Amino acid sequence: MSEENDVLLEMRNISKDFSGNQVLSDINFTVREGEILGLVGENGAGKSTLMKILFGMDEIQATGGYGGKVIIDGEEVNFTTPLDALDKGIGMVHQEFSLLPNFTAAENILLNREPVKKSIVSDLFGDRMDSIDREKMTELADKAIVKLDVELDSSMKVSSMPVGHMQFTEIARELSKAGKGENQGIRLLVLDEPTAVLSEQEANSLLVAMRKLSKRGIAIIFISHRLQEIIDVCDNMMVMRDGLIIKHTPAKGVKVQDIAKWMVGRSVKTEIEHRTFDYSGKETVLSIENLWVDMPGETVRDINLDVKKGEIIGIGGMAGQGKLGIPNGVMGLYTSGGKLTFEGKELLLNNPKSLLDAGLAFVSEDRRGVGLLLDETLEWNVSFSAMQVNNKYLKKYFKGLFSWRDTEAIEKATNEYVESLQIKCISTKQKAKELSGGNQQKICLAKAFALEPKLLFVAEPTRGIDIGAKALVLQALRKYNQEAGTTIIMVSSELEELRLICDRVAIITDGKVAGILPATDPSEDFGLLMVGEKVED
Amino acid sequence: MEKLTMKERYDEFISRFGWPRIIIGMFLLFLFIVAPFVGVSVSTSLSDTINRFGMNCILVLAMVPMIHSGCGLNFGLPLGIIAGLLGATLSLQFEFVGASSFAMAIVFATPFALLFGWGYGKLLNKVKGGEMMIATYVGFSSVAFMCMMWLLLPYSNPTMVWGFEGKGLRTTISTEGYYLHILNDFLAIPIGDHFTFPTGMILFFALLAFLVWAFLHTKKGTAMTAVGSNPIFAKASGINIDKIRILSVMMSTWLGAIGILVYQQSFGFIQLYMGPFFMALPAVSAILIGGASVNKASIPNVIIGTFLFQGILTMTPSVMNSAIQTDMSEVIRIIVSNGMILYALTRKTEATR
Repeated sequence: MSEENDVLLEMRNISKDFSGNQVLSDINFTVREGEILGLVGENGAGKSTLMKILFGMDEIQATGGYGGKVIIDGEEVNFTTPLDALDKGIGMVHQEFSLLPNFTAAENILLNREPVKKSIVSDLFGDRMDSIDREKMTELADKAIVKLDVELDSSMKVSSMPVGHMQFTEIARELSKAGKGENQGIRLLVLDEPTAVLSEQEANSLLVAMRKLSKRGIAIIFISHRLQEIIDVCDNMMVMRDGLIIKHTPAKGVKVQDIAKWMVGRSVKTEIEHRTFDYSGKETVLSIENLWVDMPGETVRDINLDVKKGEIIGIGGMAGQGKLGIPNGVMGLYTSGGKLTFEGKELLLNNPKSLLDAGLAFVSEDRRGVGLLLDETLEWNVSFSAMQVNNKYLKKYFKGLFSWRDTEAIEKATNEYVESLQIKCISTKQKAKELSGGNQQKICLAKAFALEPKLLFVAEPTRGIDIGAKALVLQALRKYNQEAGTTIIMVSSELEELRLICDRVAIITDGKVAGILPATDPSEDFGLLMVGEKVED
Repeated sequence: MEKLTMKERYDEFISRFGWPRIIIGMFLLFLFIVAPFVGVSVSTSLSDTINRFGMNCILVLAMVPMIHSGCGLNFGLPLGIIAGLLGATLSLQFEFVGASSFAMAIVFATPFALLFGWGYGKLLNKVKGGEMMIATYVGFSSVAFMCMMWLLLPYSNPTMVWGFEGKGLRTTISTEGYYLHILNDFLAIPIGDHFTFPTGMILFFALLAFLVWAFLHTKKGTAMTAVGSNPIFAKASGINIDKIRILSVMMSTWLGAIGILVYQQSFGFIQLYMGPFFMALPAVSAILIGGASVNKASIPNVIIGTFLFQGILTMTPSVMNSAIQTDMSEVIRIIVSNGMILYALTRKTEATR
């Protein structure tokens, strides 16, 4: 790649908001022919939204379009479907495979674009009766594979391929797609985490293939969490954070540490001050030994962690590394094993009731799925768990033979929480589904607080809520911790949030604790733990 | 200002009551208005409607616990009905008469209902998500199995068995001399020549409806509603979902058993063999027309739905028949009842997820 190459794609002043929630602003960059551009950022930084804008995905139109211009070959374009993008020679390989397992590589590559032969039947009954030209199909598929320059047998069935070959098949399919008119073939390829599922060797051969494509003049936007790959293969790289491009730089000479710092080094502006927690003389309240949890996508392999009484401990890490599996496994929502000791007594795993009885509570990351009764009133949502676990909000009749729901007590308690947590609602009789995300989250907290837990797990408490609500939620947690003395274990993808509110933070990678650092340590150190590098002393 | 609040109140009434119910209600009213002009007696019609309402409403009530626990609509109602039939036939076999025959029928039916309900609940716990399809076939296959058993069980009361051989139960058995109209006639209020209000039957329904309503206000009942609303939420709150679901199925099955006994005392006959086969759909339709969804149902849904469904079913054939001067009431009845079922099933709504 050289500076003389023509600019293929330019994105100018791109911005996007989802109903007032700004997810992208002021995005400016260009991609030249044959350039490999690395795109990195934490989950939710805006990478996928940006790609969706480029491809004219439905959900962008449905949520009010975007601001700014997408310019290809010097002309402004406005794609309304990914097919429009394809006509201009822009293709994408998604993170998840979309292949038919019982079809061969060639069949998958040319699916729905098969070369056809005319026959008498098709003359009589129309094009739908055309027969497939197998020879031509193999030829076309092989051509695409040669372009990619990898070892791939076009007659092999996908189901018997190693994962790497499946990935190649996906890419070959994009390469074989020809645009209409003058734009023959693919000119810009977006690869979304293509190496995530590959072994190191497979990933390496993919990187080699990418370089070859680039030599042929095909530009590539490469999205990856493996920072070393970005440095190795890319010409330029871009770091996104909170919908902004934080850094756009040539990849040569950049260090992994730098990227990690750019990715996570955000400053959160709130009134919450960092506190110093005095660990001296604090006994271990919960000790987790050899915990494993079978939670799809968040497998926990072997966690050992001691939690001290009264602290707020953060659990961070990249998505899919297992941080979310910890609270879900401990609280019995997914099958788990290992040993849990709470206040000196061993807890029974896989039994939510016994854990709740012991004084543990959990605010789930899945608000709508686990956290709330969407079709019920706020009163029900707040009171239900406390009613079932602690027998609160009940009136007893006939010496406790009947325990009747105490509507007045429920209403009173709910109103108190609505006030103290500043929940915006018309009445406590409103259904939970009618509230905004931030207020729903506060209802989830109220539900947990009503349980008066000794130890509280909070997972992703600020996910999907706006900045104002975020601060309120974090403050509520801190306040509850200080006033009720409840130990809090907070799991979050947002490192800065953890560093702000927690006393120390454990980083989980590959289902294990990669390290525990005081929250005051610099964010680069956490960033390095996240990407699986050891902190150098 | 006053006008606006009136309109608001009107809008709120419409949205809470729902257009389907308003339209069906209007149609029913229309039938009652037209009836005298085509020579159908309004008081007789009204009496029929109330009677049919009383006969069917407990069977509709039997939908409620299972809907609350998220087991869906109780298409397996025939299972509960079979428990009721066993109770009825046993009570007759031991020749209890009068009020005690009805009481004993309930007593005999109860253990069967609880046992069947327990097994049925166990089965439904294994097929979460596909409850309604499985429930339908539980109903069908239990009817088929009992078709054999009615022949084989050693009943001997001559009013019940086939006359020529002296064994095997008849397809229909009269409740006359046992518990015919035992509830209907209790404190019955005759108004005019053609109208009698079946006080006892309505009171009995009111009692059961109150018990169900009260149960749903207890700690266990609250848990049941939460299980239906969001099972994962309930699990995270330490609820044993499977147990609650089994409990709800047992309640529904028991109510089905009681429901058929009340039906028989008014109808006058115990219908065996294929009798329970088609009992589930009208009950399911009634509660859907009453405004229930697949996992939300209330006592008003039961009352409104049963009244509208049975009202239309009583009135349409008689009014149409008289209007067009031919006897095709049975045809019209089948068209109307299946039409209502079809309509009700298209109205089926599920919870937000």
